Amino acid sequence: MIEVQQITKRYGHHTAIDRVSFSVAKGEVLAFLGPNGAGKTTTMRILTCFMPATEGTARVAGFDCADQPLEVKRRIGYLPETPPVYLELTVTEYLQFVGRLRGLTGKTLTSSMQREIERLGLGTVQHRLIGNLSRGYRQRVGLAQALLHDPQVLILDEPTVGLDPKQIIEIRELIKNLAGSHSVILSTHILPEATAVCQRVVIISGGRIVAEDTPDQLSARLRQSEKISLTLKSPAADTDSRLKAVQGVQNVFASGIPGTFLLECELGRDAREEVARLAVTSGWGLLELKAISMTLEDVFLQLTRDETGLPQGAVVASAEPTGQPA
Amino acid sequence: MTPVQAIIAKELRSYFVSPVVYVVGAVFLLIVGLLAYLYIVFAGAQAIQLMQMQGTAQINLNDLVFRNLFSSVRFILLIILPILTMRLFAEERKLRTFEFLLTSPIGINEIVIGKFMSVFLVFLGLLGLTGLMPLVLALFCEFDWYPVLTGYLGLVLLGALFLSVGVLASALTENQIVAAFVSFGLLLVLWLLAGVGSLLGETAIGQAISYVSFMEHYDHLVRGLVDTKDLVYFFSGLALMLFLSHRVVDSSRWK
Repeated sequence: MIEVQQITKRYGHHTAIDRVSFSVAKGEVLAFLGPNGAGKTTTMRILTCFMPATEGTARVAGFDCADQPLEVKRRIGYLPETPPVYLELTVTEYLQFVGRLRGLTGKTLTSSMQREIERLGLGTVQHRLIGNLSRGYRQRVGLAQALLHDPQVLILDEPTVGLDPKQIIEIRELIKNLAGSHSVILSTHILPEATAVCQRVVIISGGRIVAEDTPDQLSARLRQSEKISLTLKSPAADTDSRLKAVQGVQNVFASGIPGTFLLECELGRDAREEVARLAVTSGWGLLELKAISMTLEDVFLQLTRDETGLPQGAVVASAEPTGQPA
Repeated sequence: MTPVQAIIAKELRSYFVSPVVYVVGAVFLLIVGLLAYLYIVFAGAQAIQLMQMQGTAQINLNDLVFRNLFSSVRFILLIILPILTMRLFAEERKLRTFEFLLTSPIGINEIVIGKFMSVFLVFLGLLGLTGLMPLVLALFCEFDWYPVLTGYLGLVLLGALFLSVGVLASALTENQIVAAFVSFGLLLVLWLLAGVGSLLGETAIGQAISYVSFMEHYDHLVRGLVDTKDLVYFFSGLALMLFLSHRVVDSSRWK
């Protein structure tokens, strides 16, 4: 449905995005993750034909964004970062205007408006001026605008910003329901959101795609070793070396807190049982033992910090644990 | 409803919910009314003088009232029309609706024409209200309607040109005050070009500069002279300004 090939956007000497390529299948939800200024909005603006790419091609529903912008625009619903609302209009007047711009008329327009007002819970405010609505309601009016003509492709720039937790859950549900019939690209820097609603995540940093995969796969690929956190009440002087001797344990780090150790083990090997037995038989006073799995948050931070990217198929150095190697 | 009509309807709605149109309209009508009153009173005083000197008085209202009035209204339009046009694009940029408009499935020319037409309709409405003045005057005196109508034609064309300059200025910036000032400045320069032209006299350059100014073209219409040359001037100026607005809006996507 969406195909982006090697697009680059330069503003003078500044390169906002650099040879970005990705594609979104029909009915798929793709999350665009990245720190501020990574190029998420620029990519979205190119896809919506707001601005042309310096190099490369972007196609939406088979139409080239540079050559047939009107055809592309007809098939896209776009919610920019700031909800594009006219403060002096009421919600219904605004939606009516939006519908007319997109060629909806008569009964179709009325029923589309009714559908979106219901879907986004705008019934109670539909005759109020948008200027008098709260940020959350304006955001929802912005979403209603993007959905009004029932587009095949939805491009949402941070759709849950400014909403309260209950509304955030509702909007996520809404996006999940749209999956299947609509292709959705949403940008966010809220990581649980990406995990919650998206089938695929593209992490973008410094204008380049540094990783692209499902949320689960991403954290799995980045995990070089299993990690175990161990807290002991009274560790002995030789605790480090004896822990290291346990089969499967590759490295032992003393963390900043006294008595707490971080163990790095071979991938796919759970050394917890052995470690527990050792701690108990040695009388170190076992207080806590747990496996640490890498969250998407860690993946994100790691990828966007060093900007090295994720080599295809290979694994990247794991996150540095705090503390010194023992 | 076509997209252009949708934009016109929306812009008109925006104009009439804000106080700007009411304030600008009230001031415009007040000043035009006041000027008309003054010119008519002066004409009356002249008539009385003539009556005392010659016994009879035959004064020309077209010369004494309408020509003066049309000359003055030109200046009022130069000041108030930029206030009407300044919000058209500048506000869209400020409120971030500009991106929404440009990602809607409509052409930039439709946006520019819709916006221009909306403010042009507001202007026609205001101008229509001043039509009461000659109508009332016609009840009590006699005058030649023809130059009055060509004068109004001149005002409509002049207003359209001023508005298109304002649309261009508004497309250039996101600050409404700057937009108003830029169009005010541009119009004043166009005005003063007439002076530069007459300074250079009957040379080719002098005539060319005079032609660029709206002064002589408007004066012809006020005097009742409908010349194709002047109509071409207004229409080509209008088309040029709207074309430039189109280019400015289009180029803003590249930045």
